Amino acid sequence: MHVTFSEDELAFRDEVRAFFRNEIPEDIARKQRQNVPLEREDHIRFQKALFSKGWAGYNWPIEYGGTGWTIAQKYIFGTEMADANSPNIIPFGLGMVGPIIYTFGNEAQKLRFLPDILESNVWWCQGYSEPGSGSDLASLKTRADLEGDHYVVNGTKTWTTLGQHADWIFCLVRTSSDVARRQEGISFLLIDMQTPGVTVTPILTIEGDHEINEVHFDDVQVPVENLVGEEGKGWTYGKVLLQHERTGTAGVASTNYRLKKLRAQAARSVRGAAPLVNDRNFMRKLAATEVELKALEFTELRTLAAVASGKAPGPESSILKLKGTELQQATDALYMEAAGYYALPYVPDQYVLDFPEDARVGEGAETTSSLRYFNFRKASIYGGSNEIQKNIIAKHVLGL
Amino acid sequence: MDFSLTEVQSMLAESAEKFIANDYDFDTRQTIAASEQGYSSSVWRTFAELGWTAIPFSEADGGFDGGPIESMLMMQQFGRGLIVEPYLANIVLAGGVLRRIANESQKAKWMQPLIAGELQTALAFAEPQSRYDLANIETTAVADADGWVINGHKSVVCNGGHAGLLIIPARTSGDSTSATGITLFAVEGMADGVTRRSYRTVDAHQAAEIRLENVRADGGALLGDVNKAYATLDAVIDEATLAVCAEAVGIMQVMTEKTVEYSKNRVQFGVPIGSFQALQHRMVDMLTACEQSYSLLIWASMANADQSDEAKKSISALKYQVGTAGQKVGQEAVQLHGAMGVCWDTDIAHYFKRLTAIGQMFGNADWHLDKLAA
Ligand SMILES: Cc1cc2nc3c(=O)[nH]c(=O)nc-3n(C[C@H](O)[C@H](O)[C@H](O)COP(=O)(O)OP(=O)(O)OC[C@H]3O[C@@H](n4cnc5c(N)ncnc54)[C@H](O)[C@@H]3O)c2cc1C
Repeated sequence: MHVTFSEDELAFRDEVRAFFRNEIPEDIARKQRQNVPLEREDHIRFQKALFSKGWAGYNWPIEYGGTGWTIAQKYIFGTEMADANSPNIIPFGLGMVGPIIYTFGNEAQKLRFLPDILESNVWWCQGYSEPGSGSDLASLKTRADLEGDHYVVNGTKTWTTLGQHADWIFCLVRTSSDVARRQEGISFLLIDMQTPGVTVTPILTIEGDHEINEVHFDDVQVPVENLVGEEGKGWTYGKVLLQHERTGTAGVASTNYRLKKLRAQAARSVRGAAPLVNDRNFMRKLAATEVELKALEFTELRTLAAVASGKAPGPESSILKLKGTELQQATDALYMEAAGYYALPYVPDQYVLDFPEDARVGEGAETTSSLRYFNFRKASIYGGSNEIQKNIIAKHVLGL
Repeated sequence: MDFSLTEVQSMLAESAEKFIANDYDFDTRQTIAASEQGYSSSVWRTFAELGWTAIPFSEADGGFDGGPIESMLMMQQFGRGLIVEPYLANIVLAGGVLRRIANESQKAKWMQPLIAGELQTALAFAEPQSRYDLANIETTAVADADGWVINGHKSVVCNGGHAGLLIIPARTSGDSTSATGITLFAVEGMADGVTRRSYRTVDAHQAAEIRLENVRADGGALLGDVNKAYATLDAVIDEATLAVCAEAVGIMQVMTEKTVEYSKNRVQFGVPIGSFQALQHRMVDMLTACEQSYSLLIWASMANADQSDEAKKSISALKYQVGTAGQKVGQEAVQLHGAMGVCWDTDIAHYFKRLTAIGQMFGNADWHLDKLAA
């Protein structure tokens, strides 16, 4: 066992570091530095830069155009990406539906969909949840009735993240109610959002942003070749995906970056105030969060190692999701505390590119700290709520 | 010891409760909060007509002689109704200064219109570098032949954008963190040299950054004694702390009630989610947190009404409790609502934001626990 990197790994790290330093479009890097929200096209340009480097499939096997990286490489990549304050990779295509398609899809689907996912030509969103089916996803009601060579889809999906940007949506739909277990009547369907009968309505989140949507399906005709795998097996595929999603939502690297930044901020005077490093209460909380994060980092590495040795991410991924989101939220709370009164102003107009520093309310991103704190309460709700993760651990890990 | 309310106190609480039930439902609140001004002038007039803007002022000044108990009762209701009207800024903060140290002509000029609901006011106690230390004041006032010249930057001033009258603590002697050497000035909002950047706060209230550049204040603008304002400022902020804690307790109670209600109606896995023991225990913890907070609120309000030896300590105890328990209750209420809890259209989300904002005001939980530990 070694905690240090090999020569090769160090060389790889330098390459990744150089990439993130030099090859992120300059305006996007600037937006990130200035906490300016990214537009749809910014995300696409960033992901295309990754694609050009051959790294879009950071998590994919080589045969589908992925990198085939080792865990150490993935770890280095994730860490460098976070430390460079790079944009996130939007997970729905590269992280979610891509792996489903190359694992469960047929050859025609792989040829048709994978290249556009890798190249970020098509924006995907995730249509699982419904107004009446959140934690109890298997109760979903959106129906897909087979009529000749197509399905007719009717129903409502909700909380659809960035659905307003999406070209395609992958859905869990009910293809049969005539089954012993309701899970068996669920199928995995790919739907072009341009199809007549699809409407997207915005939902504003707690801090006032447009990030999620309701997606309605009204007699939407979907060709039968858009069914992934077998009819009635969608639940199984979706579950595998959820476990991937959970592993991905731990956010260790990005929380680590944010804690480092907060520690640096605490060491200096902000707005002429005494540095927070003199505030023992604050620093102890910061240090405690760092300790927990270090533990989680190694829990995640252990899980990744198990996956690399051939195991699918199992119910342990629930621990990553649970703890990872708790630490994200604890970090958000620390940022808000650090900002004091400057957590209060709501001044979205100043988060535009090159907003004059002397006209800014608060220093840096102080005034986004509470907004982020509010928004990220979502982290313990989505991807299977933290209560559901505990139920999974209790049942499948502890055998209770 | 006596926990009962007087008849007048009960009537006050009932009138506030009735107003919210009849005239200030959540949709109304959201419409008002989204309006250009951010609060409703007509609601504010109603507050004045109902006598609420007069509560803490002396009978001689045309008020009700209300104290911490009356303030608690009103603020708790304002929390329940998630009121955005600037009661705290006007009546508790600026009003608190004026009723303590304004002279007769200053009362006539500013305090009477304030009580009548005709003048908006603000107390600009925070500065960029001050964090929660009231004595940390770098804004300066320098005397010259015609009066005073004020320079400085005031932070996140509640109601500062609308205020016709700004009360400005400025340093007239001593170093930048010394409690002696602070003097209060009444400055017109539109005075030469005052620049305001107004904005909403994340809890749908409104505030402003205020820059003062060679602002002139004459003798009539001097509130109280030169160099001796700290005690006034400290007493007023204590009152304001007590007031926002009462508001927070009202919010926590509503959030708990609404969460319990929601859990009875939201069905997953074929049963109401409230039937899950894991969630039942969480809601029991929420209720306990509310009860504990309410108890400290009662203690602190009585200790301050009676001016007992523990008056000051009780405020720190309460603010610490409201900061920690409030964070817990707020987060849990959102969590138990699932995605609904992080939706703009859900009332719980807005209660959560106000409760969180209160946690950041007048010293957070750590700040007050430090005082108790000292
Ligand atoms: C910002 C955001 C983005 C999202 N993006 C997407 C997306 O892109 N695509 C998508 O399909 N979905 C998305 N979701 C939906 C998300 O997956 C659901 O919110 C989640 O599954 C919880 O469902 P619910 O909101 O209906 O809450 P409910 O299921 O109604 O749960 C309410 C509360 O009850 C608890 N609870 C429920 N059952 C149990 C139980 N058995 N034991 C103990 N506690 C329980 C929950 O943990 C929660 O605290 C998103 C959600 C959010 C907040």
